Amino acid sequence: MYHSIYEFVIGPLAWIGWTVFVVGSIWKLASMWALAKKKDGSSIAYTRFGYGARSIIQWLIPFGTTGWKSNPAVTVATFIFHICLVLVPIFLSAHVVLWDQFFGVSWGTLPDTVADYMTVAVILAAAFFAYRRIAVKEVAFLTTYKDWMALGIAVSPFVTGFLAYHQIFNYQVMIVLHILCGLAWLAFIPFSRLSHMLISWYSRAYIGSEFQGVRHCKDW
Amino acid sequence: MKYEAFDRKIEDVGLQDGIAKLTPEKIEKTINEVLQGETGAKLKAYHETCVRCGLCAQACHFYVSHDGDPSYSPAGKVAQTMSVILDKKGKVSAEFIYKAAQIAYTECNLCRRCVHYCPLGIDTGYIMSTVRRICHKLGVTPQYLQDTAHSHSATMNQMWVKEDEWTDALLWQEEEARDEFPNMRIPLDKNGADIMYSVIAPEPKFRTHLIYQATAILHEADIDFTMPTTTGWDNSDMAMYSGDFEIMGRLKRDHFECAQGLKVKKIVMGECGHAFRSVYDMGNRWNAWKDYPVEVVHSIEFFAELLRSGKIKMKEKYPEPVTIHDPCNVIRGRGLMEELRYVVGEICETVVEMTPNREYNYCCCAGGGVINCGPPFKNVRVNGNKAKADQLRAVKEQGVTTVISPCHNCHGGLEDIIHSYELGLELKFLGDIIYANMVKNKAIEE
Ligand code: SF4
Ligand code: SF4
Ligand code: SF4
Repeated sequence: MYHSIYEFVIGPLAWIGWTVFVVGSIWKLASMWALAKKKDGSSIAYTRFGYGARSIIQWLIPFGTTGWKSNPAVTVATFIFHICLVLVPIFLSAHVVLWDQFFGVSWGTLPDTVADYMTVAVILAAAFFAYRRIAVKEVAFLTTYKDWMALGIAVSPFVTGFLAYHQIFNYQVMIVLHILCGLAWLAFIPFSRLSHMLISWYSRAYIGSEFQGVRHCKDW
Repeated sequence: MKYEAFDRKIEDVGLQDGIAKLTPEKIEKTINEVLQGETGAKLKAYHETCVRCGLCAQACHFYVSHDGDPSYSPAGKVAQTMSVILDKKGKVSAEFIYKAAQIAYTECNLCRRCVHYCPLGIDTGYIMSTVRRICHKLGVTPQYLQDTAHSHSATMNQMWVKEDEWTDALLWQEEEARDEFPNMRIPLDKNGADIMYSVIAPEPKFRTHLIYQATAILHEADIDFTMPTTTGWDNSDMAMYSGDFEIMGRLKRDHFECAQGLKVKKIVMGECGHAFRSVYDMGNRWNAWKDYPVEVVHSIEFFAELLRSGKIKMKEKYPEPVTIHDPCNVIRGRGLMEELRYVVGEICETVVEMTPNREYNYCCCAGGGVINCGPPFKNVRVNGNKAKADQLRAVKEQGVTTVISPCHNCHGGLEDIIHSYELGLELKFLGDIIYANMVKNKAIEE
């Protein structure tokens, strides 16, 4: 019984999750682009690759912008959160083994202890964001269930993965939960606040072009 | 929802009469017309991806000045207006429209300082402009602001200045100036002049001495210039701020056609910020012009050119310590911060910078049409910009006596702040100082 559930989540469900993620992301980007072409002509006209790239790079530098500088704690948490959030799933040895098993592709891995620390870092950063959602007035004012959902979905694979790895509670249940959360994470990227992962590159590039190209001024 | 209560409603007849005429059907229909007809991926992306991190809060002088009241933060203002409109797909009440209008027209200067703080590049100024656009189409606009938009549509200037009054103001200033400069002319409608000088309508209406000063500088510098007597002489644009983009487009077209008709080489605009925004950012796009048909420069650039080329020389520099207020529309809007510093450095002895400055300046809280919403909202501006008062007080403690700002709106706003917070500072345009202290070769000896 357990085995068939495990087989199911790691098999058909995984295919569904990945398909929703890939197709959904392509649809999201393509539909946004089509809409922009139809309705935001004057914005597209001013968008420039160079200015966009410059703005993106500037914002990818920790403390490289006014916004980052003025909020050191958020900056540190944001960078740690996002870096670990992307690197851990890709380079975790257990994941790489799965890729190898299923598709025969393989790449370098993170040492398990490092990945473990990074996982804890993600969870702590998420806890900090949750704290801000409750305790910081201007954030609490803005927070809706969608924000909690996004945060919950983003951090859940890490929590469950951590529990499973350390064999806390029932390993078998945890690993299934972990896979479910991970797939939900992927599937929700195009359809929730997590879509900022896809779209913010565009919004940043656009506003960077407006500021540098039209307004002759920085946007950082 | 937690932000339904709106405890700072201000009575304004334009907003009141406006919402009295609304029905739920009309609201929904109009909103969806604007959303579907005029907005697109940009608004959608901003709405969907804003991660509600609150980082933009501290950018806004309203938020800072109200001791961190979240309902004044940029994203907080969006949450109370556009987010609700989008989430409810236009099914909102008339009372809601009142609140949205008050927030969009009077609690945001569209200064875009918040963009410097938002990791996702969300442009709250654009979102608030779109809320205004909706309110305009619903006929819910602050009365005073609407009056200026009406004036634009009826007279093509902001202040109900009649054609003969305008010409009269010019002839009068010419006559005045001839006491000082005997050969002084304000050439009217001169074909093929190098420069068309355009002003905003409050100049002939309330501040004619600015026309005197500007034309005296042009005369002294031997510039081949002209001023039109036809419509198009006023470069201001309050319709842009009321959300009446149809009129905005007409105004810009008229301004440029006026210059083209006179076959001038370029337009020099007086010391005003918002008019410049209308030219480079809003009106041109509405008219589907990527670049404008006649070159336009702001006074800051023009004065810099006159000083650099030696066409204007200073007899003495302004002796008092000054500080610079950077008008967001020409600084964050057009990158003229270093040119402005060059000009001020050439005409003043001592400059003490405010913090923050240049593109990080706080807005004066008058811009974005807020001052044009008139007396009912004066306290909104003054209380909403304690941040500026604190900035000014800090430089005053370093001995500064004079604030320079090349923008009419900034002057209006800063005057109120200086007065209300009893700061005791003088306020000057660049032209004030250049005119008073330049070498006047063409003037008669006193
Ligand atoms: S006033 Fe300026 S900083 Fe504040 S919300 Fe509006 S554009 Fe942003
Ligand atoms: S800083 Fe940007 S993403 Fe964060 S709340 Fe403000 S607008 Fe939204
Ligand atoms: S009035 Fe001046 S500071 Fe204020 S918005 Fe205009 S240009 Fe900006």
